[in-house]
Amino acid sequence: MGIGTSLIRVDAVEKVTGTAKYVGDLEPKDALVAKVVHSTIANGVVKSFDLEEALKVPGVVKIVTCFDVPDYQFPTPGHPWSTEKAHQDIADRKLLNQRVRVYGDDIAAVVAENEIAANRAVRLIKVEYEEHEPILCVEQAMKEGADILHEERPDNIVGHSSFQVGEGTYEEAIKEEGLVTLEKEYETQPVQHCHIEVPHSFAYMEKGRIVVVSSTQIPHIVRRVIGQALGIPWGKVRVIKPYIGGGFGNKQDVLYEPLNAFLCTQVGGRCVKLELTREETLACTRTRHAIKYKIKAAVRKDGTLVARTFKAYSNQGAYASHGHAIVANGANIFKQMYRDEKVLESESFTVYTNCITAGAMRAYGIPQGAFATECLADDLAYAIGMDPLEFRLKNCMQAGYVDPHTKITCHSYGLQECIKIGREHIKWDEKRERYKNQTGSKRRGVGMAIFCYKTGVYPISLETASCRMILNQDGSIQLQMGATEIGQGADTVFTQMASEVTGITEDNIHILTVQDTDITPFDTGAYASRQSYVSGMAVKKTGKILKNKILAYAEYMLQKKADTMDVKQNQIVDKDTNEILLSLGELAEEAFYSLEHCEHITAEATSQCKNNTFATGACFVEVEVDIPYGTVEIIDIINVHDSGKLLNPKLAQAQVHGGMSMGLGYTLGEELLYDKIGRPLNNNLLDYKMPTAMDTPKLNTAFVELEDPTGPFGNKALGEPPAIPQAPAIRNAILHATGVAFDTLPLNPEKLVLEFMEHGLIKGKGEN
Amino acid sequence: MYDIESVIVASTVDEAIEELVKNPKAEVISGGTDVLIKIREGKMAGCHLVNISNIPELKGIEMDSDGTIIIKAATVFSHITNDDIIKQYIPNLGDAVDQVGGPQIRNMGTIGGNVCNGVTSADSASTLCVLDAKMELKGPEGTRIIPITEWYQGAGKTVRKQNEILTAIRIEKENYEGYHGRYIKYGKRKAMEIATLGCSVMTKLTPDKKAIEKLKIGYGVAGPVPMRCVEAEQMARGKTVSRELLDCICENVLKEVHPRSSWRASKEFRLQLVEEMLRRAFEETVIAGGGNIDV
Repeated sequence: MGIGTSLIRVDAVEKVTGTAKYVGDLEPKDALVAKVVHSTIANGVVKSFDLEEALKVPGVVKIVTCFDVPDYQFPTPGHPWSTEKAHQDIADRKLLNQRVRVYGDDIAAVVAENEIAANRAVRLIKVEYEEHEPILCVEQAMKEGADILHEERPDNIVGHSSFQVGEGTYEEAIKEEGLVTLEKEYETQPVQHCHIEVPHSFAYMEKGRIVVVSSTQIPHIVRRVIGQALGIPWGKVRVIKPYIGGGFGNKQDVLYEPLNAFLCTQVGGRCVKLELTREETLACTRTRHAIKYKIKAAVRKDGTLVARTFKAYSNQGAYASHGHAIVANGANIFKQMYRDEKVLESESFTVYTNCITAGAMRAYGIPQGAFATECLADDLAYAIGMDPLEFRLKNCMQAGYVDPHTKITCHSYGLQECIKIGREHIKWDEKRERYKNQTGSKRRGVGMAIFCYKTGVYPISLETASCRMILNQDGSIQLQMGATEIGQGADTVFTQMASEVTGITEDNIHILTVQDTDITPFDTGAYASRQSYVSGMAVKKTGKILKNKILAYAEYMLQKKADTMDVKQNQIVDKDTNEILLSLGELAEEAFYSLEHCEHITAEATSQCKNNTFATGACFVEVEVDIPYGTVEIIDIINVHDSGKLLNPKLAQAQVHGGMSMGLGYTLGEELLYDKIGRPLNNNLLDYKMPTAMDTPKLNTAFVELEDPTGPFGNKALGEPPAIPQAPAIRNAILHATGVAFDTLPLNPEKLVLEFMEHGLIKGKGEN
Repeated sequence: MYDIESVIVASTVDEAIEELVKNPKAEVISGGTDVLIKIREGKMAGCHLVNISNIPELKGIEMDSDGTIIIKAATVFSHITNDDIIKQYIPNLGDAVDQVGGPQIRNMGTIGGNVCNGVTSADSASTLCVLDAKMELKGPEGTRIIPITEWYQGAGKTVRKQNEILTAIRIEKENYEGYHGRYIKYGKRKAMEIATLGCSVMTKLTPDKKAIEKLKIGYGVAGPVPMRCVEAEQMARGKTVSRELLDCICENVLKEVHPRSSWRASKEFRLQLVEEMLRRAFEETVIAGGGNIDV
């Protein structure tokens, strides 16, 4: 019972037997179907529509175009709202847009009696555009005189920031004699979350309010944004989030819920459903930002990192979404992970282009930042002939680290222990030596990468969570959280936490998995690896209140001082002797129905978190590269995590497995591709190469379990960190195996083959 | 929800042909693993379908008295792989169709659909090419037999007319007996994949196992349609098996293939695969035949 046990997921049976209700299981059979009309140009303006043929299709109820929507621009990212205007998210899109900024932009919508009629009408709508040349890369967008994508930002720059750690400048620092300097460019690609359940919602009106049922990570934020987009009071909107099939950050954005709500109002409040196809999900929702890093670094021959300077360019795509927060977060790992003896200069840009909008995706800029820092670590180590692991030990984050700007502190430090475990597992020292001078068509190598990740968003943004507990007549409780279960196991660990604090066993704790903004207490939702930390604090606080109320009632019933009693295993016991005094069921029944002193025992609390801490970890990998085929086989891989005390070891392991699988796809195959006019080429799961079960090696996990003093139960971030380190670790292993340094992702066979040809590892083919 | 105007379920081949004649817009559906995708994409929206997946005479694998293997067109991939005749005589075809998509696709998709779809990446195609398969078509005017070399008319196009049904694929004894075959599919992942390149090799060694009696090399995705490398095959005939011979074969093959650059793979990358896959497949067939490439 309680924290630290591998309790079976509280939703396991429902999910395995198919009884768990998702949006698709809940939508009314007579719901109207909405289909979005997407632009077939990437940049330009919609001049007019010809709807004549489309309106003739039997079953079409209503067609709404970009000329019909309210003139409100709204923001979409799942950030807590800021009451200070300067910190509010960029509001740069309407429900449907006349100014087309991406191939597939939402320009109209059809509402019909069924999907076939809706699709037929969509195909029959004719659009006249004013076409502009598409801007598909950051360089093009930043050029003098480039087409302006949003008039509020005439330079196409969404955000720009810089920071420095240390004194002086990079140029001054490298005047020191004997330094080895390196100039590198590292680049990451756009990828997608590929959650199993596509974005899906339905909306209907009830008593003048709009009810939206949606697959989202952030129901309370969705409610606010619908209010902003439609220009209606937020209280007029009710959002319900049932079971959801994954999100990974894509559903930490308000996607099509506002449009769905609006369409519902356009058909008299009838229920309208809006379910994206997989192709739309890949082409029209969000991606992980492609970021280019231009870096200079200087290292002393003894392995001391002396100075670095870098510029990061993040391709935002068409709309701001999470915007500059991503590349800015990614830049932080440069200062947090490594200590430059003299100076680190950092400058980051986020730039609008006509590419798909990038947003939040698991680890929020850190996978990109870590790709740069960890490739650089190996490249610097190679440049001075040092073992890359020793280089990291010499220069990496130390115990007690405090970020000089945010003051976030590493309150529990297990990084070096993680490196030690990984080193032993992969047999680092032996294999670095053994694979030194290989020949032949198959070669092996070992590589590593390290990372750190903060827990939640304090002090950048608000961190708040709330919880409600309600005692039932039989002594069981209902547990209501604003925090969302999105597949990660949140409901299970919240149940364990509640049990730990209240003394009520988990089988008597009934957690409500559905978040309903009319009922559920406020929480900003699932993101930033925050919930077990921030929302966990709310469970702890609420649990204590509930237990005190229970003991106060026990005092009334037993005429024994509350502070001499405790609740254990659903019993009121004597604190000292553990003698059972009364069952919680008996107490609850009395409390409900007492003619003398009736009380409905409930507890509710908000916990505002004003703390943060770093989780860290390392990935070690051994690969075999088939040079003529350009393929990489993972022989062995391990993720070692310093994530504080594990709340549920099995769930923790599963979380790491999922992250590693995602990281492997990011490394070896996944990439969204576009043609010259910005049209997506591979927005389907055949051509977008996510790894299958057959591509996935055995995934090893290990944990360094240190009690973090700031975590509600000694815990810290574990949601996102598992997906961070695979790409650079594998890249570094390929470097070890072949001597070839790949500086762009993904490391797919074609890229490897062409690069091996370049390096003379494969003989080139003559033209024929 | 699929936008299908009408579906007729035929119970015999003749009935299916009759329906296709009646409605010249009607298209054949069997396993549906290609057709349903096109309908979902909107390409065939409002289509009329003639379903041939419940016709008993289109299912199963038989051997004629002269040793010809007859694969009925609506036989699904997983049945082919697990069929005793296939396992015994042409296991390379069984292996090839076992690499299509995933298990669900292989339980629905048929070999007839795989070739009638006309695409160069079809996993059965290059192996049917090296088996010199004969395609049996039945239409309103009766039955005709087309050698697979004449089957493909261009990307996505075959000689089959709208009102014809591919009834069987015939493989004659002389085209498999004494050979050892190997199909290699190169994909970017190990399942649920369309071939970046497919290479199918069949080798028949001389009785002393030292030289090549006959060699057959087939490719998918090395050109707009599945193809054979006839000149390389001719060149190798009667030659002693050696690394040098393999080099010569590769050199010839590279002159015969004409892969194109697409966003899926560049020509340069495909040419590298053309050679490397051939090397690996050829060596395996020689070893399977009891020969040794390094002697």
